[in-house]
Amino acid sequence: MDQVKLIIDGKMVEVPAGTTVYKAAKVLGIDIPVLCYMDLKDLNIENKPGGCRICSVEIEGRRNLAPSCSTDVADGMVVKTNSMRVINARRTVMELILSDHPKDCLICAKSGNCDLQDMAIKLGIRDIPGQEYAEVSTYRLDTSPSIIREMDKCIMCRRCETMCNDFQTVGALNAVNRGFHAVVAPAFEMNLEHSPCTYCGQCVAVCPTGALTEVDHTPKVIQALSDPTKTVVVQTAPAVRAALGEEFGLEPGTRVTGKMVTALKNLGFDYVFDTDFAADLTIMEEGTELLDRLTKHLNGDKDVQLPILTSCCPGWVNFFEYHFSEMKDIPSTARSPQQMFGSIAKSYFAEQIGVDRKEMVVVSIMPCLAKKYECQRDEFKVDSNPDVDYSITTRELAHLIKQANMDLVNMEDNEFDAPLGESTGAGVIFGATGGVIEAATRTAYELHTGKTLESVDFKQLRGLEGIRSASVDFDGLEIKIGIAHGLGNARKLLEDIKAGNSQYHAIEIMACPGGCIGGGGQPLHHGDSSILKARTKAIYAEDEGKVLRKSHENPYIIKLYEEFLGNPMSEKAHQLLHTHYFERKKKVFEV
Amino acid sequence: MSSVKVELRKDQIEKIHSFCDAFNNAHGELINVLHKTQSEFGYLPAEVQEVIADRMGLPVAKVFGVVTFYSFFTMIPKGEFPISICTGTACYVRGAENVLAEFKKQLNIEVGETSADGKFSLSCLRCVGACGLAPVVLVGDKTYGRVAPDDVKEIISEYGS
Repeated sequence: MDQVKLIIDGKMVEVPAGTTVYKAAKVLGIDIPVLCYMDLKDLNIENKPGGCRICSVEIEGRRNLAPSCSTDVADGMVVKTNSMRVINARRTVMELILSDHPKDCLICAKSGNCDLQDMAIKLGIRDIPGQEYAEVSTYRLDTSPSIIREMDKCIMCRRCETMCNDFQTVGALNAVNRGFHAVVAPAFEMNLEHSPCTYCGQCVAVCPTGALTEVDHTPKVIQALSDPTKTVVVQTAPAVRAALGEEFGLEPGTRVTGKMVTALKNLGFDYVFDTDFAADLTIMEEGTELLDRLTKHLNGDKDVQLPILTSCCPGWVNFFEYHFSEMKDIPSTARSPQQMFGSIAKSYFAEQIGVDRKEMVVVSIMPCLAKKYECQRDEFKVDSNPDVDYSITTRELAHLIKQANMDLVNMEDNEFDAPLGESTGAGVIFGATGGVIEAATRTAYELHTGKTLESVDFKQLRGLEGIRSASVDFDGLEIKIGIAHGLGNARKLLEDIKAGNSQYHAIEIMACPGGCIGGGGQPLHHGDSSILKARTKAIYAEDEGKVLRKSHENPYIIKLYEEFLGNPMSEKAHQLLHTHYFERKKKVFEV
Repeated sequence: MSSVKVELRKDQIEKIHSFCDAFNNAHGELINVLHKTQSEFGYLPAEVQEVIADRMGLPVAKVFGVVTFYSFFTMIPKGEFPISICTGTACYVRGAENVLAEFKKQLNIEVGETSADGKFSLSCLRCVGACGLAPVVLVGDKTYGRVAPDDVKEIISEYGS
């Protein structure tokens, strides 16, 4: 590739042609401030609409300032990133953005974690000249089961659009109208509930302001905890332990499993259990279903379709229910670990401790926003009492711990309670892309071959590439496995299945980048994808540290089947642990 | 959004499909497809946008985004007799604004709206090249020159209202 030489702030730099001025400055260690720009390198997502103009620089010979994030370098270019003219322009741009932004930082959900606030601090904005004459745009509040849209706070950076359209191919959000009426909205300015939104929360994960946030259920959790008549049970998803520490200043990738358990006990939860237990249970059901469908298929049963698709991820379930509803018989019928947990907690465990399900409150801590929607679905209720009452995110848990004046960093470690707190390494890796199918492979291999696995590490299934293919040798039988994370990648695999070109036996799909560790409810990564890698590493380290690493070896899972469920896929298991899917697409005139 | 619910007939859907196909369903041709469709239907109701999005493999939100960005596109059906008031420089200085205000008052609608009976719609345009007749009003293809607010009632009554 051709190299280009240019001068930035008096220093010479040589970069490949096609590099942006912003990136060339980075090479020199010059950090031009950006607001709308976002670069998730490991995921190949770049948002550079050149819309906010905060990154403007002066280029010699050009009349106007240029947005460095979307201006390519040229040979001999002379750039100034910190001239008086640039600094003044940048301040004016910021003042204009702020003039049409609410000033309720003190009570904003994003306060302290807001890119716009950080920029105002960095630029030292102390007043907004002309504010009293400024036109201010307003927009109605949109509340869905998972996500709140407060578009008064939108700065039109379009990051959410990039995630929703380009990465996820969901197509729920787009910029509509113009001028002061411009807003990012679903088609026909309907609410999110009436759009193709999957509640994956990736828009929330990248929103620089408080325009997109999660529905906060912590007040309801506090209320349940302070009600002496309620037995409050908590479950924590695998990816939470790999990220919660970040909210308390710990390095990304620091595992805080034991400290989190202590914090939850101190918060007053009666039983601190682990969604990993339910992940092991999921493997028993999903793995058995996989083997059942595989055996029938290999025996020539034409009614049995392959590949089988995983069904743990509620964002993914929402996606295929909307976009691929004609294929809704292909995914496994196994409920997600969150819902399996709730179902078992309010049946088997409630019976064991003699508590009526209506007096039990099940709270889940999830890296996910779609889980909030999932636990409200009617098929996961018994006599209108939900199996999981409240689902809160990793971020909400951090708030809860901070509100309770607890110092997570210096807490001692504690163990999850029995029986629903015991899990294997297979349950833990559910939190990373490829983990569910690896866990299923560990169990399905042994059930199918009757042999013991020499090594449980199927490294060919791991990684951060959007779509991965691998095959596993089941003692002479080659099992072809596909893995996709990000719904845009999932879409490609689904189109192949639809066209009859898929050669996979089983496919794992996760809606979020990196799997649950990159979920919409995790601590904000602010565009730094190395954080996702660190979390993934933490997940696999937790797996390696476990004595038991195969779901079917979990003694409490074995006991659960002996005492309560019978066998995987039994009638009782079907009733409590499986589900069915619906067509979600509605024409706009039906809503 | 459009408050009018539209039930598209099969032949209308096929017509929209033919417009999309004529541009090979290429995403970059969305504006052309919308132009063609609006010239056929007179406006672009939600249901029409859904058919276009579906055919072209685009999110409906994207189609809606383009429709709402360009002022040429409209989601409101034009009236049987579309009224356009020139607010170009010449007409403006000769009192087009007062004429416009009178039309709004008489019809009880704003610019861009259509009367409840579907008879009249109101829009503004910039210069029809008849500045000597300023202020100019068009109803359908018929041109009215040197219009004063007092003439408005009579013009409307010509169309049976």
